[in-house]
Amino acid sequence: MQLANSENAAKDGVGMPEKTGNLTTESKAGRTPMVVARDVDVFYGDKQALFGIDMDILPNEVTALIGPSGCGKSTFLRCLNRMNDVIEGCRVEGRISVDGQDIFDRALDVVHLRARVGMVFQKPNPFPKSVFDNVAYGPKIHGLSSSKDELEEIVMTSLEKAGLIEEVKDRLHQPGTGLSGGQQQRLCIARAIAIQPEVILMDEPCSALDPIATAKIEELIDELRENYTIVIVTHNMQQAARVSQRTAFFHLGKLLEFGDTDQIFTNPSVERTRDYITGRFG
Amino acid sequence: MQILVLVSTLLVLSLIGYYLGRSRAVASVSGEASRLHSLPGYYGLYVALWCGVPALIVLLAWLSLEPWIVERLLVASLPESARSLPSDRLALLLNDIRNLAGGNIVSRDVDPELRDAANHYANMRQIGTWAEIVVCLALAVAGIALGQRYIAPDLRARNKVEKVVMAFLVISSTIAILTTIGIVFSLLFEAIRFFRLVPPSEFLFGLEWSPQTALRADQVGSSGSFGAVPLFAGTMLISFIAMCVAVPVGLFAAIYMAEYAHPRFRAAVKPVLEILAGVPTVVYGFFAALTVAPFFRDSGGFLGLDISSESALAAGVVMGIMIIPFVSSLSDDIITAVPQSLREGSSGLGATRSETIKTVVLPAALPGIVGGVLLAVSRAIGETMIVVMAAGLSANLTANPLEAVTTVTVQIVTLLVGDQEFDSAKTLAAFALGLVLFCVTLCLNIVALRVVQKYREQYE
Ligand SMILES: Nc1ncnc2c1ncn2[C@@H]1O[C@H](COP(=O)(O)OP(=O)(O)OP(=O)(O)O)[C@@H](O)[C@H]1O
Ligand SMILES: [Mg+2]
Repeated sequence: MQLANSENAAKDGVGMPEKTGNLTTESKAGRTPMVVARDVDVFYGDKQALFGIDMDILPNEVTALIGPSGCGKSTFLRCLNRMNDVIEGCRVEGRISVDGQDIFDRALDVVHLRARVGMVFQKPNPFPKSVFDNVAYGPKIHGLSSSKDELEEIVMTSLEKAGLIEEVKDRLHQPGTGLSGGQQQRLCIARAIAIQPEVILMDEPCSALDPIATAKIEELIDELRENYTIVIVTHNMQQAARVSQRTAFFHLGKLLEFGDTDQIFTNPSVERTRDYITGRFG
Repeated sequence: MQILVLVSTLLVLSLIGYYLGRSRAVASVSGEASRLHSLPGYYGLYVALWCGVPALIVLLAWLSLEPWIVERLLVASLPESARSLPSDRLALLLNDIRNLAGGNIVSRDVDPELRDAANHYANMRQIGTWAEIVVCLALAVAGIALGQRYIAPDLRARNKVEKVVMAFLVISSTIAILTTIGIVFSLLFEAIRFFRLVPPSEFLFGLEWSPQTALRADQVGSSGSFGAVPLFAGTMLISFIAMCVAVPVGLFAAIYMAEYAHPRFRAAVKPVLEILAGVPTVVYGFFAALTVAPFFRDSGGFLGLDISSESALAAGVVMGIMIIPFVSSLSDDIITAVPQSLREGSSGLGATRSETIKTVVLPAALPGIVGGVLLAVSRAIGETMIVVMAAGLSANLTANPLEAVTTVTVQIVTLLVGDQEFDSAKTLAAFALGLVLFCVTLCLNIVALRVVQKYREQYE
């Protein structure tokens, strides 16, 4: 029901804030949300980690998830491409759809979902293969290229989009694990975009990097926004403010506030958000 | 007996030294243990070491030198006629004197002279033992006194004790290394003696092995031939068959256990595999000889194949079964050591589990797995019991696994069982075989360890 409502609202172009419990959803004029989460609960064994999360993630925007450690940001992010499936004892309830398709649908192959919703992890995790093979990995397993040349082109454009091409163009066939931390992380981003996902999930992608590498990745995220929908978890308030258009504030497994980044950082409507952003707790 | 009492007395004295040292240390700061440089226990240990170590060192030296000195003295006291005997006769005489003194049977008539000598000898032993006890106890007590005198609040007892402990560790590891070197050298020297009788080129490249040397010079076939190629070929053949069984089964078992199995299943099955590793090889041996070999022979007959009842195949297959747990538990460790983040990265890109294993996990684990397999090969090459029982003795140079072959280890066993003259080519050949086998497994182990190490470096 709620899902229908918000979609209608979005289609009708009604710019009115819509209240659902403590959740504020604003739908921008004329844009259908890319990812819609409704009433998502997650349990690890008996312990509930997320409580009734509703969220609309708009296409071609960066959505930042912030909140104190252990509040469930990673858990929510991993719901979106069902990476929680492999965790023993983890149970997800509620509805999530990506581009209009229910991701818990039995008919849906989780492998296809993950090809559409790519993920970049907190710690750079290049495979112990060459730079080229790292990027070619996804296209190969999904059969995205019919010839060697085509594969090479995919790899090159992905590396270029990830802003890495200049640095690695003469070491394409050396191990990806030999790159610097920041380069490795951009390699992982290149690897993710090589399979042409619609959504890219990033879990604290800069937490292992120095300020310069971080700046590069932030720049990259801003460019990628043109073609992809990005959800990023970060502990860095400035980063959230810099790169994202919309920000979600999680606390103790609940989504306390969700709205335009400008509004959240200048005039949060919930007291706890203000405290967290200004560093009074968390 | 006296020695045992002496050593226990020394231990008791050390214990006393410990308590004395401790209480003295505490007393020296009038009870405020925090003013001591080290914990009070270290001062106790310090005194105990002073008490025990010098005494024990002297005891050891004494025990190793005393028989020699006593013998010298005994020889000096013998009449001129005895002293001028040739050395082997003299040794015989000394032996008799010792036996008489010890109350054992002697090989000649007991004349008064011999009895005198025996009494003299027994006397000297007696004096020696008492002197040893007195000296050691005196040293121990002196050690306690000395250690006590050194105790002061700023004595760095902890560092000193640590130094002694380190010395012990160094000595232990030296002993381990020296024995290994000793074994290698004895192998080497005996092998060199063998190579004086049989040229190395014949040994290493000869194609015929029949190590029968004649007892009398006029016997037929008086010199055997010592071409080791058939033995090494047999060893290789059996090891190859064993690896053909063990590597696929072990590896697939490891993949299943590490990647697919439910934790509870894994917890139940891993110990079972470990039990398989604990079965004594002799049990595998008769399993091979009494069950597997006849089974192969019968089923071979059924298929029209001529399989001899002692075949390389039976021995190899059973050896492979023996090695499975070795391969699987090593590979399992290595596969589980591949970081989880790589698996997540792969499945995050939409790879299925088997794609992830095939394209990410196994390549990452491959160097380690290869190292594990090489270690397994060197085990297979050195394995003896199974092949003794199941592979046979005939040194055929063949690549046909259905025939009987023999291996290096089997031949070493057959060369050395039974009565032997120690300097015949036949006996010495065992050392040469052992040496070559040692070199082969050593090289394999070195390569394997290097490979495994390199893999370890990759993910801290
Ligand atoms: N595999 C798991 N098994 C059991 N509980 C888990 C598991 N993963 C997470 N949790 C629990 O779920 C809650 C949310 O964890 P989550 O990792 O989503 O937090 P987070 O917001 O990402 O924290 P951080 O900022 O520290 O990464 C925590 O209380 C955590 O203890
Ligand atoms: Mg997290």
